[in-house]
Amino acid sequence: MADSFDFELVSPERLLVSEKVTEVIIPATLGEMTVLAKHAPTMTTIKPGVLTVKLVSGQVKKYVVFGGFADILPSGCTVLAESAVAQEDANRDLFQQRIEALRADISDAPTDEHRTKLEHMLAELTHLNHSILPG
Amino acid sequence: MPSLKDLKNRIASVKATQKITKAMKMVAAAKLRRAQEAAEAARPYAERMNRVLAGLSAASANSAEAPLLLTGTGKSQTHLLIVATGERGLAGGFNSSIIRLARDHALKLLSEGKTVKILTVGRKGNDILRRSFRENIVDYVTFREVKQLGFVQANEVAQKVLALFNAGEFDVATLFYARFASVISQVATAQQIIPAKFDQAEVPATAALYEYEPGEQEILEELLPRNIAVQIFRALLENNASFYGAQMSAMDNATRNAGDMINKLTLSYNRQRQAQITKELIEIISGAEAL
Repeated sequence: MADSFDFELVSPERLLVSEKVTEVIIPATLGEMTVLAKHAPTMTTIKPGVLTVKLVSGQVKKYVVFGGFADILPSGCTVLAESAVAQEDANRDLFQQRIEALRADISDAPTDEHRTKLEHMLAELTHLNHSILPG
Repeated sequence: MPSLKDLKNRIASVKATQKITKAMKMVAAAKLRRAQEAAEAARPYAERMNRVLAGLSAASANSAEAPLLLTGTGKSQTHLLIVATGERGLAGGFNSSIIRLARDHALKLLSEGKTVKILTVGRKGNDILRRSFRENIVDYVTFREVKQLGFVQANEVAQKVLALFNAGEFDVATLFYARFASVISQVATAQQIIPAKFDQAEVPATAALYEYEPGEQEILEELLPRNIAVQIFRALLENNASFYGAQMSAMDNATRNAGDMINKLTLSYNRQRQAQITKELIEIISGAEAL
């Protein structure tokens, strides 16, 4: 049996999860990473994606997160998401709103660099939208 | 001396007022509970954010390319005051205590020859500050139509502040709001948010051992603007809870005062009624005696 560690998922509005888990898959900016117990202290930003949590009981929970960062310590892992919902609760409107807001931002981005960054985010978001809610 | 009928009307109207203030008190109490829960739910995020940033900023504060949001512009010529107040009145000294603090601060800065810019959040603060600082107000945000205060609204304010900062419009930003100490006590507070200040006491010793993905600078650059939004969000939530707390105690006082008033009026109503009866009796008796 794998070692367990404390995992917390918090959004600015509330604490979503605070449980003992054995494994967490985080959509980090530089690619997905799996966190197990006794991970080296790491700080990473996250991109819009699906966060998978495996509880001690073996149950798997999935959450859709929109950006933020993760603070990983050997004793535990904390994800500070800009916004997060359980995957079952994710719906098309939620994505549509974000995509539209991002498009508006892109059209009045002050610099090219900024624009590229936003376009990158838009691509991520659209991709995520299609993978979670196909069709 | 008011007539019996006048007194009766007065009593009826005070009773109606008492009913209203009582109802407002109940509503405020219910909303206060919700606001308090929201404020508490937001605490873990703000605390962790602060811890992470404190560690990060301690590590990179001395490097030359530290972001301006952390170190400031190196000047303190232009100050931005973000004044968060309520949308409504009828909450005792809630709005006026925040505004008084902000105004004193503004006057002090002005007397030192600094430039003051004001961003008001909430209708009340805007209405009152507009009277004395009309030309200093640069922007105004209201959440009149917003039912449940969310991070989105705080972010909206933060974006305005950041846009002003990036345009070089100000050097130092201070946030004014009422900290929720308890239901009966709300403390008007001024908090500096740009350049950022952290509680350095709780910096973990392991901070230096962290691996950063992508780089330390990139993370810091992304977190600092978000921290502004988080700070504003926290202030707005505290403010909201304070508002309902203040309203609740104001309405409680009003209800009690109305009760006192009713007692006093009822007493004089009864006294007058008795006086009238006595007068009528005397008239009858003296009429009978005269026969």
